Amino acid sequence: MNVHLILFLAFGAVCVAGAVNLLAQRHPINGALSLIAVMAALAGEYLLLGAEFVAAVQVIVYAGAIMVLFVFTIMLLNAGVEERTKGSRVAILFGIPGLLLGGILLGWVVLRHSGTEAVAAGALPGDPNTIGQLLFHEFLLPFEITSVLILIAIMGAVVLASKPPSAPARRVED
Amino acid sequence: MALPIWLFILASVIKSAIVLGVLLTAVAYTVWLERKVVGHMQNRWGPTRVGPFGLLQPAADGIKFLFKEDLTPPHVYKPLFIAAPLIAVVFALTSISVIPFGNAVMIGGYSIPLQITTDVNTGLLLILGVTSIGVYGVALAGWSSNNKYSLLGGLRASAQMVSYEISLGLSLVGVLIMSGSFSLRTIVDAQGGHFWGFIPRWNIFHGQVIGFFCYLMAAYAETNRIPFDLPEAETELVAGYHTEYSAMKFAMFFMAEYANMITVACLATLLFFGGWHGPLFGPTILQEILPVFWFVAKVFVFLFLYIWVRGTLPRFRYDQLMAFGWKFLLPLALANLIATAIAVAW
Repeated sequence: MNVHLILFLAFGAVCVAGAVNLLAQRHPINGALSLIAVMAALAGEYLLLGAEFVAAVQVIVYAGAIMVLFVFTIMLLNAGVEERTKGSRVAILFGIPGLLLGGILLGWVVLRHSGTEAVAAGALPGDPNTIGQLLFHEFLLPFEITSVLILIAIMGAVVLASKPPSAPARRVED
Repeated sequence: MALPIWLFILASVIKSAIVLGVLLTAVAYTVWLERKVVGHMQNRWGPTRVGPFGLLQPAADGIKFLFKEDLTPPHVYKPLFIAAPLIAVVFALTSISVIPFGNAVMIGGYSIPLQITTDVNTGLLLILGVTSIGVYGVALAGWSSNNKYSLLGGLRASAQMVSYEISLGLSLVGVLIMSGSFSLRTIVDAQGGHFWGFIPRWNIFHGQVIGFFCYLMAAYAETNRIPFDLPEAETELVAGYHTEYSAMKFAMFFMAEYANMITVACLATLLFFGGWHGPLFGPTILQEILPVFWFVAKVFVFLFLYIWVRGTLPRFRYDQLMAFGWKFLLPLALANLIATAIAVAW
């Protein structure tokens, strides 16, 4: 067993444990923190594949910015412990067998195609230069379209958050 | 000549121990320096009793922190209350690991870089990532304390850090465009040499004055220092996010803050002030030591600036803080980015 494989398994274990913990925890802040652990472990896996840039961006964007906003919202709303309702019990009843079924299906598909070659660690170029070249030459149009999409999302958020246009304020005339 | 693996690990361990030792000592003496300088600015003496010029005051403070009673109030959420200071201090100390302090030195035929890790080509991004995770220490401390002042402090900290991180990132892109790399070593190497034989080719003299200004403002806000120390504004929030902390846990927040200041100072030196470049003279041994000396001297200047600003400026109001970050600093950083891009493409 080489170091790469050991690290891959270790990060994978953290990732899965974090994901399971996310589902099991009943307090939203613990759930959010487990999600951060999952994100960080995923960044470790990307790093093992030689995708340094993606790993760094994963930590900065997901763990460092988006999850901060999640935690911020949870703190601001002071969300309490999750309640168990009839619906959530039914979800557990059907969710766990469904998850098992999905897992088995996925395993079967992977095993069927196990003849295909796995990507060796560090085989794909992942340095910032290559990614920049790809983004701004080969995939320029999708990249620009994505930015427009995000702009629309931002405008939508601004519209939703702004106060509804009120009737023109009545002048108080004496 | 590359190192064999066991020598590499040994060198890494030794380097980590040295850097951590120096960093923690620097943290302790930055606190001393701050008390001394702010004291003189306010026409006081600062610490004078323990040792000459109060130089042993940090040691006395450390002993006091160790022996104080470690209170955990009954109403806190205990796991996160304990984890928060750990998160803060661990990530503050981790970010130093990718910072290079000088060129490689030759020891026994092997070239050993003066940096804990080898030169990673996303070094700058790693620092940004690690520092952006450090927010959780403050935010979770505020939330888990279960105290309204702490919560307000934690909320302010996370809102402030998320807001200023954008300006911080954008202010650095100008430097990145000019050097074409995320590797801190490459960025420093690109700043060697002089204009017209005497002005050093540092990025600050290379059109990045506005970038440096934006970086400095955003970095001050990220480290929660005056004039941006709203998360612990003592006049309104008691002590903000660390109101409920005592003894070593409080000391950890303190250490994290000063370690972050040192990281910011190191980054400013590396990105805008030419890192370890400076005049070299004298015999060979002096030429080996001088780059590290220049680096430390520049970092010291930035730490002094931090303290100077603290002794000079009052605190922002919260709406001023947000307006400054979003309406002034962000457009300025964007304008700097566009101007730099046009100038480089020219």
